[in-house]
Amino acid sequence: MANFSKSNVPQFSVDVYQNEYLPEGGREVNAIVTVSATGGGTIGSAVAAPHLYTAGQAPDAAVAIMVDCSGSMDYPPTKMRNARDATAAAIDTLRDGVHFAVIGGTHIAKEVYPGNGRLAVADTTTRDQAKQALRKLSAGGGTAIGTWLRLADRLLASADVSIRHGILLTDGRNEHESPQDLKAALDSCAGRFTCDARGVGTDWEVKEVTGIASALLGTADIVADPAALSADFTQMMETAMGKEVADVSLRLWTPVGTAIKFVKQVAPTVEELTDRRTEAGPRAGDYPTGSWGDESRDYHVCVEVPSAEVGREMLAARVSLVIPQGDGSVQNLGAQGLVRAVWTDDMVASTSINPQVAHYTGQAELAQVIQQGLDLRKAGDADGATAKLGRAVQLASASGNADTAKLLAKVVDVVDAAAGTVRLKAKVEEADEMTLETRSTKTVRVKK
Amino acid sequence: MSQMPQPTALSRCPSCEEPLEAGDRFCGACGYDLSAVPAPPGDNPTITMNGTSPRPPSAAASVDWPLAPEVDSSDTPAPVHRSTDIRGTDSGGSELPHATGGLAHPAGGLPHTTGELPHTTGELPHATGELPHATGGLSPSAGGLPPAPGGLPPAPGGLPHSGGELPHVVAAHAAGPPEPPPGVRFDRPSEPDDYPLAPPAAGAPAPEAPADPRTADLGTPAAGTKMCVACRAGSVDSDGYCENCGHAQPRERDHMEQELGAVAAVSDRGLRHHRNEDAFAISSTALPDGQPAVVAIVCDGVSSATRPDEASLAASRAANEALLEALPLGTHPQQAMHDAIVAAAEAVNALADASTAQGEHAPHVNAPACTLVGAVVTPTLLIVGWVGDSRAYWVPVDRSSLPARLTEDDSWAAQMVAAGLMNEAEAYADERAHAITGWLGADAYELEPHTASFKPDRPGVVVVCTDGLWNYAEAAEDMAEVVPLDAAERPLHSAQVLVGHALDGGGHDNVTVAVLPFPAPSQGAGSA
Repeated sequence: MANFSKSNVPQFSVDVYQNEYLPEGGREVNAIVTVSATGGGTIGSAVAAPHLYTAGQAPDAAVAIMVDCSGSMDYPPTKMRNARDATAAAIDTLRDGVHFAVIGGTHIAKEVYPGNGRLAVADTTTRDQAKQALRKLSAGGGTAIGTWLRLADRLLASADVSIRHGILLTDGRNEHESPQDLKAALDSCAGRFTCDARGVGTDWEVKEVTGIASALLGTADIVADPAALSADFTQMMETAMGKEVADVSLRLWTPVGTAIKFVKQVAPTVEELTDRRTEAGPRAGDYPTGSWGDESRDYHVCVEVPSAEVGREMLAARVSLVIPQGDGSVQNLGAQGLVRAVWTDDMVASTSINPQVAHYTGQAELAQVIQQGLDLRKAGDADGATAKLGRAVQLASASGNADTAKLLAKVVDVVDAAAGTVRLKAKVEEADEMTLETRSTKTVRVKK
Repeated sequence: MSQMPQPTALSRCPSCEEPLEAGDRFCGACGYDLSAVPAPPGDNPTITMNGTSPRPPSAAASVDWPLAPEVDSSDTPAPVHRSTDIRGTDSGGSELPHATGGLAHPAGGLPHTTGELPHTTGELPHATGELPHATGGLSPSAGGLPPAPGGLPPAPGGLPHSGGELPHVVAAHAAGPPEPPPGVRFDRPSEPDDYPLAPPAAGAPAPEAPADPRTADLGTPAAGTKMCVACRAGSVDSDGYCENCGHAQPRERDHMEQELGAVAAVSDRGLRHHRNEDAFAISSTALPDGQPAVVAIVCDGVSSATRPDEASLAASRAANEALLEALPLGTHPQQAMHDAIVAAAEAVNALADASTAQGEHAPHVNAPACTLVGAVVTPTLLIVGWVGDSRAYWVPVDRSSLPARLTEDDSWAAQMVAAGLMNEAEAYADERAHAITGWLGADAYELEPHTASFKPDRPGVVVVCTDGLWNYAEAAEDMAEVVPLDAAERPLHSAQVLVGHALDGGGHDNVTVAVLPFPAPSQGAGSA
């Protein structure tokens, strides 16, 4: 469990942005909850600021790197070489004292380093040994990602640490196990470790990779050019090393008579959490958020309250942060926010939409229309795809989501961004389309 | 005591003249507390005299009043009123006069200038009948000293009155019959008639403060239990919300009452707003010459701004403190009022600084803001000061003389009327009527404190209120109608009645009322 005597444990804060005013008979309360962790590890990772880590204070983390070694990794051969180099770079980024293992994945999972169902503890020697072991990696076999995850879970569980993280690299579809097997593996691993997933090349399935990252509360991305893998792995490992608190849950208390319509993370990416609630005592439920370093995330909470007369005020939800402990109790992180509902006959007050809520409602729609537009395009519905992607261009432009706008411009010709007028490009690079799909959930914050 | 409430003795409400039925404890129309109506005049031996003339006012009534020598910043002097044609309260014939028992200070005590003393007395037409009484009772102060209107705050003869402190009233309620709280709000049951007090004829219930239904609900939630008043099932968390149903619990500011000697104020959240953004401050002090000065400040937070409740509280406190500091030093009250408004503005501005420092990511919010109206009453002078659309009214004890509005709103409607673009009815019917053009706050264009000073030649009360009240009694005559006849004697009760009037009318806004009798009673009178 997290050791809170350490000075570099982040302090959490919760801010709520909402328009609490409802018209007479109004029932839906929307709020953006910003959770920020400050003073934690990212700024002071062992790499960036080693002076913060005194001797004898071993980092409290374990990492498993899963590298795809299926036959397709040899086409072209640079892919396997780049994957090896990237893994080596990630190993170099490991802080001293971090537990780690390297797994080679095909239709079965193999321990590449250190072997024998153990984890190695990072130091100069083990890092060198691990990089030596990488030379044994060779391409050949199928792809069954579920087996990789289960092995990673077993290995990570063998260390008594608070942060458990996986890094998964694949280049192909999960062809050698059924989708149900993968789902079962994800279900059994969810909440036990977090995992970033990367697809290299363009032969992998976007929904598989994003699904893994989503289930295991990590990030998903495309590395279309294998040469870029090292930089990406290094960056991922640095982020992982910055995590200081694991298994943080967003706890929502709602009063009698209310219903939670949805809970989703809306920044830095859109992540639906509604169905991932675990009950936590009367009228409260926990939503997993994974591990935290020095960062800030936004959540959109929508609560349906019983309607009340003008002049009434009620608490629609209380947001707090907890870390479930092994014995069933929780550690409360202190910070909390209140989502309120106030009924008023002031039309100006009740009809205005909170800028944060409006912004993230737009960002969530942006992610959705991109997904729908790309699906329609694949299905051959050019008109439908044009309409959806046009709307996406409009939303991205209006909200200042420049990265997504750029990705969209590689898939459609933008005629008028403000009006959302676009034409589908006749020829689209597969990598561009996959990049757009993978990154469609990335959001930007409200413009200042 | 012989002055046991005799509600059946009245055929009409002394406040609004609504016909009453036998056994009524409260007026069905205005909620006037009938049990508080004083007993017939015969029971009041000495000092009490009435200020209400059953006769039509004689021609001699036309004193030059108000002697508004000048009105400093707004050049619109309050309308001058003459006691001409306002209808005397005539219901019940001889029954009514006693309703204001103890009100009229002997006119001889009106001390704006000692020299005027004799003829002022002569001019007061209504004083004739009981005048000998009065002079007798007040002869000690005949030397031109500020009169000790001994009858002022405590009604003589043990009349039931609400002169006690607030806890007093609450306690009286607690002893009363249980009343189920209607919900999270303080709205009272609309039928005060059904309020099941012990019948007055049975036994001798304590003659002190009969539980007023307007204040009655106050006691219930504060009973120390932490159960939710809305669902009765959950306990209340530290944030003031029910842990079961989430409903906000009544806050301290939802209903506030205060009485301080001769001045009293009541503030209520109203029925349509979720919190009370009004605030008041009342106090009394002494001028350097020992004469008393009574202060009331009422502020109305601007809802469209952030933290209007904090703004109103800060402004009322700052203005009050500024006056308490300046008046004993001999600063002219009008100047002191001007300075107090400036001090209040600074206090509100300071809130804005604090908020911008902490909330940089919320640049769209308005700086805290509020209106302010204040009154200072001395034995000779009546000073009002204001910014915004909160008001002060003058209601003479003698209802045959005309009441007056003493302030001129900083509002869209007032500007329209002043510019001659609309008549008053049109302007106030417009939805923009209440858009204010002056306020205290960091985003105010330019602070323009208005002050005015008056020298009333007769006793009366100053009603200092927010628009939550005057929306339901806009014209001075309407306001006078709802001010109880014994307002000068029972300011707290009057403030309660006025708040009740606003709530009965719909309570669309927070309501805050302070009632100050003029002239200010001398020090020590309140404790008599």
